[in-house]
Amino acid sequence: MDILNALVALANYVIVPGLAYGAQLALGALGVTLIYGILRFSNFAHGDTMAFGTAMTIILTNGLLALGITFGPLPTALLALPFAIMLTCVLVLVTDRVVYRFYRAQKADPVILVIVSMGVMFIMNGIVRFTIGVRDIQFADGERFIMSVPTFKKLTGLQEGLAIKTTQGITVVVAMIAVALLFWFLNKTRTGKSMRAFSDNEDLALLSGINPEKVVMVTWMIVAALATTAGVLYGLDKSFKAFTYFQLLLPIFASAVVGGLGNPLGAIGGGFVIAFSEVTITYAFKKVIGYMAPGGWEPDSLVQLLSTDYKFAVSFAILIIVLLFKPTGLFKGQSV
Amino acid sequence: MKKLLMATSAVAMMSTAAFAEDVKIGVILGFTGPLESITPAMGAGAELAMKEVSESGMLLGGSTVTSIRADSTCIDAGAATTAAERLVTADKVNAIMGADCSGVTGAILANVAVPNGVVMISPSATSPGLSTAEDNGLFFRTAPSDARQGVIMTEILADKGVKSVALTYTNNDYGKGLADAFQAAFEADGGAVTITAAHEDGKADYSAEVGALASAGGEVLVVAGYVDQGGSGIVRSALDTGAFETFYFPDGMVGQKLNENFGGEINGSYGAYPGTDNAGSGMFVELATAAGFDGTGAFAPESYDAAALIMLAMEAAKSSNSADFMGKVMDVANAPGEQIFPGELAKGLEILAAGGDIDYVGASAVELIGPGESAGNYQEILFADDVYSTIGYR
Repeated sequence: MDILNALVALANYVIVPGLAYGAQLALGALGVTLIYGILRFSNFAHGDTMAFGTAMTIILTNGLLALGITFGPLPTALLALPFAIMLTCVLVLVTDRVVYRFYRAQKADPVILVIVSMGVMFIMNGIVRFTIGVRDIQFADGERFIMSVPTFKKLTGLQEGLAIKTTQGITVVVAMIAVALLFWFLNKTRTGKSMRAFSDNEDLALLSGINPEKVVMVTWMIVAALATTAGVLYGLDKSFKAFTYFQLLLPIFASAVVGGLGNPLGAIGGGFVIAFSEVTITYAFKKVIGYMAPGGWEPDSLVQLLSTDYKFAVSFAILIIVLLFKPTGLFKGQSV
Repeated sequence: MKKLLMATSAVAMMSTAAFAEDVKIGVILGFTGPLESITPAMGAGAELAMKEVSESGMLLGGSTVTSIRADSTCIDAGAATTAAERLVTADKVNAIMGADCSGVTGAILANVAVPNGVVMISPSATSPGLSTAEDNGLFFRTAPSDARQGVIMTEILADKGVKSVALTYTNNDYGKGLADAFQAAFEADGGAVTITAAHEDGKADYSAEVGALASAGGEVLVVAGYVDQGGSGIVRSALDTGAFETFYFPDGMVGQKLNENFGGEINGSYGAYPGTDNAGSGMFVELATAAGFDGTGAFAPESYDAAALIMLAMEAAKSSNSADFMGKVMDVANAPGEQIFPGELAKGLEILAAGGDIDYVGASAVELIGPGESAGNYQEILFADDVYSTIGYR
């Protein structure tokens, strides 16, 4: 029986990576859910908006590094982030002006807007590839670990190590700050309240004198900020590659739908549900049970519920179950 | 008068056709999709050979060669088949250089190349399944089958005294084929594979895979993936969580990116990738640099060789028709005959035109065996002092 080692092994391979991944998905899903709640369509271009924001951050980071500016032990990319957010704001506002506004004026069906957003997705896809290329890029600098495996082992004398990367720490902290800011904005400020009013009942909101163009503009700006932050945090933790960001769309939408589309709280919950379901259900508990079981009772098999091949099937199974029994999602959003 | 004009023009057209024509070679590679970062150099490699031949004016009495590119997407067999179909029916290509990934290569071979009787030489499809595919003698590859690589991997690990490994592979025809070949060879040699876990490329997160691999344990983690894809994600995550310290890298993982991504963190890890110590590879890199692309890129030399073999076989058969020259590919690739290196295609064409024999060596020491695939020369690498270097050839 060695509960401490079992706990550390579980934390190292399941809890810490799950938390960081969940926070990244939550930030991405928040953007999707805001667009769905206020502009009333599923924005397929979200993954590529994230990619664009991250590409801008990388270019600015390289500029800062060339000037000799760093952020001490933290990644320099965090310094470049605000400027990249501004550039991404410009991109999405121009897109809205050129593309979406036309369809909004036509009162186009949501399904048409979805297809339009796919077109936007392909164009953004191209812009990103033209500006930064298709290669895999790592742009994290500064201190790599808050706690590395050898240090942890030396400190505690345990057999198992625990690693907490700086990027994982930053991800969780920045995600908390971003979510707190968003909720403060939505609940306490006049603009935020008008956004919620617009989301609840568009006609009533228009009657009470809310300027729809302003609501739309602010929504896009918040979405650009969230998308860029999510993209940069993900890229710092793993790496940047245009193709991967395009693929990220899937788990992000799954998170938003599981949590309840249009509900910001649901997006956060959904992000963690999807992240942890991917990691835990396919985890091989051999090691953990090996530490917990009395001597000689260690399992020979991997004690794995499902092979890792099925980890995406797991998120989609959850998605289907939630939609079957609670079509509005776990946190009561709008039904799809 | 009208008839006379028509007859003259017809004769004129026929005579030009007999002396020189515009030979078209389809270059079908995954210019978008998971391999989009290495295919530009591969396409450039193939086109370098075509340009060399066109400029020499030695092919079939002065024919020029035009490259027509198409996108195999690497993963979408339907899209790849459509693209290849277009090459053959609309563009009327004489042969196909490609495809890149094993899955789409098999699909194009079965659905397009065999029904239309078009020769196809792949520079990079390594799945063992393609060795036994029904090809009517039309399919060749300048890359070795992974069955051979499985044996090489087992030999290297056995030399290091490794008895148990964890294995992860990229979930496609290449990864699965290599993983199966390796597992069979390693277990036959008395080694143990503790777990075989697939990973998907281009996915967001690999903690689940690494968690399972770490639980199963093993002295070395064998990563049968791609360096600019999930493979690097797995290694990154395994290093960060301290799950594994030593890795074995098969061909898809060895690349400059490995140094950039990990450097000193993987000192002591090792692997092997196709390559020889022949003079051809150096010559090719020089030619590529002069042409403005990276000649050290994965499978760029093999692409040059694939295109070169097509054109040399045409000259040997005195015809650009696939049915005529398919039988000559093995002849020009193997001994006996004068050795031909990159940049010497004109010399090769000259010898063939005179009725002589050549042994095309090219950039990757081409030696075709069995069903028309490269025999497979591998160079063994070892990480020390933050970069990998070649320590031997097998």
